[in-house]
Amino acid sequence: MPKEASFLASSIGKKIVMAVTGIMLVGFVVGHMAGNLQLYLPAHGGEHPLDAYGHFLRTMLHGAGIWIARGGLLVAALLHIWAAVTLTKMNMEARPVAYKEVKSQASTLASRSMRVSGFIVLSFLVFHLLHLTLGKIGPFEEGKVFQNVVQGFQSPVISGFYILAMVCLFGHLRHGVWSMLQTLGLSHPSYNTLRDRLAFGVALLVVGANISFPLAVLAGFVKL
Amino acid sequence: MSHDMNLTLQVWRQKNAKAEGGFQTIKAQAISPDMSFLEMLDVVNEEIIKDGKDPIAFDHDCREGICGTCSMVINGRPHGPKERTTACQLHMRSFKDGDAIAIEPWRAKAFPVQKDLVVDRGAFDRIIAAGGFISAPTGTAQDANGLPIAKENADLAMDAAACIGCGACVAACPNASAMLFVSAKVSHLGLLPQGQPERFIRVRDMVAQMDAEEFGTCTNHGECEAACPKGISLENIARMNRDYLKGKLIERPAVAGGGGV
Repeated sequence: MPKEASFLASSIGKKIVMAVTGIMLVGFVVGHMAGNLQLYLPAHGGEHPLDAYGHFLRTMLHGAGIWIARGGLLVAALLHIWAAVTLTKMNMEARPVAYKEVKSQASTLASRSMRVSGFIVLSFLVFHLLHLTLGKIGPFEEGKVFQNVVQGFQSPVISGFYILAMVCLFGHLRHGVWSMLQTLGLSHPSYNTLRDRLAFGVALLVVGANISFPLAVLAGFVKL
Repeated sequence: MSHDMNLTLQVWRQKNAKAEGGFQTIKAQAISPDMSFLEMLDVVNEEIIKDGKDPIAFDHDCREGICGTCSMVINGRPHGPKERTTACQLHMRSFKDGDAIAIEPWRAKAFPVQKDLVVDRGAFDRIIAAGGFISAPTGTAQDANGLPIAKENADLAMDAAACIGCGACVAACPNASAMLFVSAKVSHLGLLPQGQPERFIRVRDMVAQMDAEEFGTCTNHGECEAACPKGISLENIARMNRDYLKGKLIERPAVAGGGGV
C-alpha cells in the first residue's frame, strides 16, 4: 500500500483547497458587485457616493483594512490557481490516448469551459486592476472613482472586454458554486435542487448587475 | 418479424500492451436485432477465425449485466447508447441497418490496454485491497434484523453496493477520474454499522491508492453518473469528500507495528 500523501498532495485535498478559496472569491465578487451598485446613486454634496465608498475602503482601519483584504484575496487567488493548475495536470496525464469519439451526456458548456473561463477572468482581473486601481489604461484621476468608471466604460473596447469577462464569470460561477458545495460534501436530496438554483442565482445576480454598469454608461443612463 | 442488419464496425485493434494500436474497419453481416452487442462481436469473430485471422479480443463473463467485466466504448459512450445498460445487455435493435459503429477500449492511464478492447483494471482491485472491506472477523451471518440498520441507510448502502466495478465511470469522465467507483465502495461500507470502526481510515487509504494509480480528479461534470450502468449517484462522491475531510481532521492512523485501527 502506498504511503498516504499529505493533504495538499492528495486529489481531494487539492479539490478542497479549490472549493474553500472559491468561497472566498465568490464572497468577494458578490461584495464587489454590491458596492458597485452605488454607481446608480445620485451625487450629493458635490461628491459621488462611489467616490466616498472608495475613500472609505482605502482608509478603513487607518488604511490597513484594504491591505488585509488584498492580502487575503491574493492568497486565495494564488491557491485557487495553484489547485487548478496541479489538478488540470493530473487530469490531462490521466488519459494519454484520447477517444476517437465522445458523446457527452451530462457535462455542460460551463463545466467544460472552466479552465478557459477561469483564464479569461484572470486576464480580465489584471486588466481591471491596471485600469481602475493603478490607472494605467485610459483617463484616470486618483480618488475620482465614479468619473474613472464612467469614462472607462464610454470606451466600447473596455466595455466589450468587461462584458466578455463577465459572461465567462457567469459560466465559472454557475459550475463553480455548485462544484464547491459538492466538493465540501454538501449534497442531500432535500437541498440539491436549492444548491443548483443557488449556483445559478449567484451567477445571474453577480454577472447581471455587473454587466448593467457598462451598458448603463454606453446607453447614456449613467453620465458625468 | 425483424430483419437482419449489416453494419460497419470501426474497432480498435492493438496486438499487445506495448504495440501501437489503430482502428480497423470490419463488416458485420447478417446480424439479428435480437442479438446482444457481444453476440454480434461473437458472430464477427467467427468470420475472422474462419479467415485464419486474429479475432477481436474483448472482456466478457456473465453476459447478464451483473459482473462488470464487459467494457467498451460504443459510439462515444461507455457500454453504448442505452442508459443503465452494460454492453452485454445492449441489443442490436438499438442500432439500424447500415449503421457505422465505433468500438474503443476504456481510455485511462490507470487502465492500460492489454489487447484490442481488453484493458487491465487491476487498479480497481488494488483500491479495494487498500481498504474496501471490513477487517474484523464477523462470524456467521446474524439473525435477520439482529443488527438494527435505519431503512434509509440500508437503501443507500445497497444502492452504492450495486456498483459492479466495470470502470465505465472512469471511461466516461473527461478526466479519467475513478471517484465515482471509489465513493461507491466508501459509501456502501461507510453507511452500515459494520463499516463504522474503519470508516475514516478506509476512505484515506482508498483515496491514497486511487491517487497512486494515477487516475484523474473529479471536476463535477456528472458524466460518470450518466454512464454508470447501475445508476451510482454523484451524492456518493460528496459523501466521500465529506468523509475524507473528516478522516483527515479526526482520524489517528495506526502506528506501524502498533496494531489496531
